[in-house]
Amino acid sequence: MIHARGLVKRFGELVAVDGIDLDVRRGEAFGFLGPNGAGKSSTMRMIGCVSPVTDGTLRILGQDPASHGAQIRARLGVVPQQDTLDFELTVRENVLIYGRYFGLSRRELKPRIDELLDFVQLTERAGDKVEPLSGGMKRRLTIARSLVNDPDLLLLDEPTTGLDPQARHVVWDRLFRLKQQGKTFVVTTHYMDEAEQLCDRLVVMDHGSIVAEGSPWNLIQRYATREVVEVRFEDERPQNGVFERAAERIEELPDRVLLYTQDGDATAAAIADRGLPPHSTLIRRSTLEDVFLHLTGRTLVD
Amino acid sequence: MDGVLQPLRAYEHWLAQYKRVWRGTIGTSLVNPVLYVTALGVGLGTIVDQTQNPPGGVPYLDYVAPGLLAAAAMQTATIESSWPVMAAIKWSRVYHAMIATPLTERDAFLGHQLFVITRVFTSAAAYLAIITAFGAVDSWWAIFVVPAAVLIGTAFSMPMAALAAAIEEDRTFVTIFRFLIVPMFLFSGTFFPVTQLPLAFELIAYLTPIWHGVELCRMLTLGTLELWPALGHAAYLLAWTVVGFELARRSYRRRLLG
Repeated sequence: MIHARGLVKRFGELVAVDGIDLDVRRGEAFGFLGPNGAGKSSTMRMIGCVSPVTDGTLRILGQDPASHGAQIRARLGVVPQQDTLDFELTVRENVLIYGRYFGLSRRELKPRIDELLDFVQLTERAGDKVEPLSGGMKRRLTIARSLVNDPDLLLLDEPTTGLDPQARHVVWDRLFRLKQQGKTFVVTTHYMDEAEQLCDRLVVMDHGSIVAEGSPWNLIQRYATREVVEVRFEDERPQNGVFERAAERIEELPDRVLLYTQDGDATAAAIADRGLPPHSTLIRRSTLEDVFLHLTGRTLVD
Repeated sequence: MDGVLQPLRAYEHWLAQYKRVWRGTIGTSLVNPVLYVTALGVGLGTIVDQTQNPPGGVPYLDYVAPGLLAAAAMQTATIESSWPVMAAIKWSRVYHAMIATPLTERDAFLGHQLFVITRVFTSAAAYLAIITAFGAVDSWWAIFVVPAAVLIGTAFSMPMAALAAAIEEDRTFVTIFRFLIVPMFLFSGTFFPVTQLPLAFELIAYLTPIWHGVELCRMLTLGTLELWPALGHAAYLLAWTVVGFELARRSYRRRLLG
């Protein structure tokens, strides 16, 4: 569905995407994970055929965006990072007008819109203006709109950023159903739980490059240990020697120490034996977040 | 075929939106002309007509009416291509929705301009009906002030859209209205002949598209049409349209396809 080799996007001096290789297959849910400014959105815009490729090869649905942009876009469904809804129009009109951009007739759009609004649970709001809708509803409307042309490939750029937990779960639920229907989609996110929930395979991007690739589980295995022990101390922190060889990897943060280990209980016990008892000890499974922070660092971007 | 159909699909968006707000625009399209023509054509005109040497040698109502119509076309076109263009790029981001579909940035631009033309066309037709009712029209040629107004409209809306797609701050629009549009409205032959101006300003007036627009409209409603001057005015307006079109196409491309 997507094939990229040595894909580059430059804005003047700034290199936003620095030679990435990608292959997304039919029926796959593919994720771009990365901090702000990693090049996710620039990549998505190139895939969406609204940003010319600076260098390298890109094929979407077997076609070249440079020569067949409109034909490709006719088969894409795009959920952009910032809403592009028309606030003056009603929910229904928003989908209708968007469908018209694809050249679909009003007659064929009518039943299609009913179906889509039902799918995103907005049937009752069909006649309302968009403006007063909640963030989650606007997001769902954008998703409904992106499906109006029955796309072969769905592009979702940070689909749940800014939504409250309830709204996020409703959006995820809808996206999960699309996945079950066999839709191919590409998601960018900086939420690890989102990536774990939705993606079959993902890449971690940092500074315009791909730093890791695999399934969520696969990445956790490769870049993190099975478990993590988080220990906090009240005032004084024990001397360095205390943690030595207690875990495979140790990360000291201002407020706590992270011990990456295969066996959390054994590590916790070992620490407790060696001196200062921690104020609190938490043993948990590794998550994608551990992988992400390991790969992209803890320094704040922007 | 898509080159024609696709801009029409973008145009549908603006029509759908206008359907929700058209009542608000009736004020400017119908009430304003009546007020202006009454105050200036009838009110001020009564005084002007008592002078020895009225401008154009015709009743002042007949003189000022086509000028007002031309200036209204300028204003409608400029306003419709300023904030709405910036909104479609930055605020509602409607253009971004369009170009995510088979529509191109060119279709988004053309569709919007088609809507601006529609607004100018209907306002000018209403204006013509009103000044005709006031008895300010002396010739059947007046029918052609509607297409002439459209040409005035494009001569302003194309460069304005080019600018609106290039700038970041909407304060620039206020500056443009204050220092360009309002002076053009007042001093480009709308209310009095530009020969009354000091020479330097008179020469500047000849460079403005609105002076050519006013002259063209006045020839048509007064029935004083002369072929070559009329063609010259139309050609000058067309030149602004064409250059503006090309600039706008580029600035849309630069802005929307990053």
